[in-house]
Amino acid sequence: MIRFESVSVQYDGAARPVLSDVDLHVPEGELALVVGSTGTGKTTLLRAVNGLVPHFTGGTLTGRVTVDGRDTRTHPPRELADVVGYVGQDPLAGFVMDVVEDELAYGMESLALPPDVMRRRVEETLDLLGLADLRTRPLRTLSGGERQRVAVGSVLAAHPKVLVLDEPTSALDPAAAEEVLAAIQRLVHDLGLTVLLAEHRLERVVQYADRVIRLSDDGRTVESGTPAEIMAHASSAPPVVALGRLAGWTPLPLTVRDARRLAGPLRERLSLAPAPLGRATPVPAPAVATVNKVTVSYGRVPALRSVTLSVAPGEIVAVMGRNGAGKSTLLNTLVGLRRPDSGEVRVGGRAPADLSARTLLAHVGLVPQEPGDLLYADTVLAECAASDRDAGLAPGSTAALLDQLAPDVAEGIHPGDLSEGQRLALVLAIVLAAEPPLLLLDEPTRGLDYGAKERLVVILRDLAARGHAIVLATHDVELVADAASRTLVLAEGEIVADGPTADVVVASPTFAPQVSKILGPGPWLTVSQVAAALAAVS
Amino acid sequence: MALTTRSVSAATEHAATIRTAFLPRALHPGAWWAWALGLVVAASRTSNPLLLLLIIAVAGYVVSARRTDAPWSRSYATFLRLGLFIVVLRLLFEVVFGAAEVGTVLFTLPELPLPDWAAGIRIGGAVTSSGLLFALYEGLRLATLLACFGAANSLANPSRLLRCLPGALYEIGVAVVVAVTLAPQLVTDVARVRQARRLRGRPDRGLAGFGGVVLPVLEGALERSLALAAAMDSRGYGRSAGVPAAARRVTAALLLTGLLGVCAGTYGLLDGGTTEIAGINVLGLPLLAVGLAVATVGFSLAGRRVQRTRYRPDVWRLPEWLVTGSGAVAGVALVVAGALGVDLIGATSPPAWPTLPLLPAAGILVALLPAWVAPPPPDGDALRRGRP
Repeated sequence: MIRFESVSVQYDGAARPVLSDVDLHVPEGELALVVGSTGTGKTTLLRAVNGLVPHFTGGTLTGRVTVDGRDTRTHPPRELADVVGYVGQDPLAGFVMDVVEDELAYGMESLALPPDVMRRRVEETLDLLGLADLRTRPLRTLSGGERQRVAVGSVLAAHPKVLVLDEPTSALDPAAAEEVLAAIQRLVHDLGLTVLLAEHRLERVVQYADRVIRLSDDGRTVESGTPAEIMAHASSAPPVVALGRLAGWTPLPLTVRDARRLAGPLRERLSLAPAPLGRATPVPAPAVATVNKVTVSYGRVPALRSVTLSVAPGEIVAVMGRNGAGKSTLLNTLVGLRRPDSGEVRVGGRAPADLSARTLLAHVGLVPQEPGDLLYADTVLAECAASDRDAGLAPGSTAALLDQLAPDVAEGIHPGDLSEGQRLALVLAIVLAAEPPLLLLDEPTRGLDYGAKERLVVILRDLAARGHAIVLATHDVELVADAASRTLVLAEGEIVADGPTADVVVASPTFAPQVSKILGPGPWLTVSQVAAALAAVS
Repeated sequence: MALTTRSVSAATEHAATIRTAFLPRALHPGAWWAWALGLVVAASRTSNPLLLLLIIAVAGYVVSARRTDAPWSRSYATFLRLGLFIVVLRLLFEVVFGAAEVGTVLFTLPELPLPDWAAGIRIGGAVTSSGLLFALYEGLRLATLLACFGAANSLANPSRLLRCLPGALYEIGVAVVVAVTLAPQLVTDVARVRQARRLRGRPDRGLAGFGGVVLPVLEGALERSLALAAAMDSRGYGRSAGVPAAARRVTAALLLTGLLGVCAGTYGLLDGGTTEIAGINVLGLPLLAVGLAVATVGFSLAGRRVQRTRYRPDVWRLPEWLVTGSGAVAGVALVVAGALGVDLIGATSPPAWPTLPLLPAAGILVALLPAWVAPPPPDGDALRRGRP
């Protein structure tokens, strides 16, 4: 169905090609998963399928890409619209109309389908993706999972043979991600759709894939094979695979269910090992931040209802909860972007909303969901220099900190050209330069591959050890298991659970990490804990 | 026997079709605009304050009876406030620059002496009752026109109106829809960037903050437009049938002349008609008709260029005809009354209490009809739950 024949892509002005000499074949009816570190050309590969590369992005494509027998060289994206449906990373950016129903029909209108066919297909699509209740809703009022489903539905209604999805679950909470993936899987099974999907969070998708396409870090080689073959030696692997490799299980399990059936002996061996040390519980100290009965509403919608919380130095607190539960509002309140309607917020004894912008960073720093928002300068070096000036530090302080966080960042490069992980490191360096005792991170692992995530965890632990208090809002259960000493669960603006991470996440089927699901009811959360325990036993 | 049964069932079927036309649904946006245009024509023909106020009241009543709870539905009040502002502004201008020589002098402002070349312009001086009254009526007329537009705006869904555009204007329609949806996004962007500046410890207010906000916001808007263009392209936007260049040029010429004719004709109609040949106002209806005809041919030719279909196009049924008709009656009543010599001008010199002429008032009241004959909008709660 999709065929790449010695395809290379080089963007104008780039030193080397993004993809070089890629040969690839995805047969009809398969769900193929594209994996690889950030910046290895996953998006380029996906966009080449419907001709956006190079018709829209520019650059040079050599070789041949054919989809359902049509060559992208002679067919621009609009002429492939009836064969390929493409959903980009941010579904909201791709919406054309204003209401769900019209958005679903838009593609079919462009393809000039007869009105009665359109009417029928819109109804079918509404049912297929569970959108019937949303049909007259304005698109901007939808939650993340709903948006993603509408985006999938809007390309699906035109009955393409191929569906191309770029990180469909990266912005979603675990439950919404399941919902979207279940819908996609149903399409593959029931309609024989061919799906090509890129995703960093392998633990969510690898069990659905028929084929995994791995891009090597230099973009030179592309491996394609069954998930088990590729995962056996892939550098980035979900926890279930990493545990399988550690324990030497064959065949390598890809799902929690398969792993659990193989895990009996491992569970017995681990029962002899000492329980893992929780993250060092901080010595009782005066709280860095306190939130006392805080209520915040947007219009008539309450985002936080009488939330009370205190954060001690050296703690890493994870805030979890579904999209729209009030996580970001809590962080915004802590950093003073949002003044509480009632109740009291104190950071270092002051109300953050009263602090002037210049003194704010000495008390609290926030890394927002889109770290790029904080970057204005033309080069990394200029950005670091500006940060030194803003915080009144000795020149070079921020650059030194950045060097410590991400040694491989070239200083002359434009911040927009950094990979997601590098950009996050740069923003972290800027925020941390003023040494705020309280550090807040909103969805820090969006778009990060496993390697970048591991480095982030190391950095966070190090900061906590030096006495910074850290609060992170995230959907990433594996990150929470790895890094957080304490976990809060928010639902509808209320704290429904608050306690040591191990206690909170193990009790919840949605928030439990894979290792805990496999080795439960044991106290193990991460592969590294298991590895340490095994080393202690033997 | 069989024949009767058939005709009976046909009759019941017909009745059922008519009944369904009045079930709750969104009226065709074009019908609301046509109705409002009728009122605009009526308002443009009179400066009688009672008639003008009657038009505002009629429009307001229909809006309150038939609007939805969509965001644009609250715009009638905004337009009324704008109208009030215009009335006040017009009065202020009259006080400062007024040149009325007749009527009772109410008070005299100190006059600013101006050089010879500025003859005809006066600043300050005597303010007369007639002058003020004239300004008030003129301002009120403008406010009434605005109120009519406001009514159409709050009754008709703007994006659905754009979707009624002929195929030839499809691209423009999409561009406007996109612009309309991106505008609120810009507002949130400004807020986001200002927050980001604060997070970096930089001033987020004042002039220094302003420069730092505009650039990232524009950058973001550009990026979003590119993402949207990519998405539209990959969903088949602009798949077109090949049309020879000569045909394209003819189409463009037809469209342009037609639209110019429509503009000139509308002007002539609203102006009251001063260019008469053999007693017929050529700048009015005739030019409008010819212009419309030419433009329609142009549109239908241009429409062939775009290969696309419409999902659930708005239907034009009995209620639409009734709404349009009621607006037309109001407009025609005033035009006819003017032709019959009914005094439609609010007396300003000497000032006199305005009277309410019967025929125009009755015509305007007919425009109240949509408050009952237009199908009610789908229930707001149902809208939110997603069931129309």
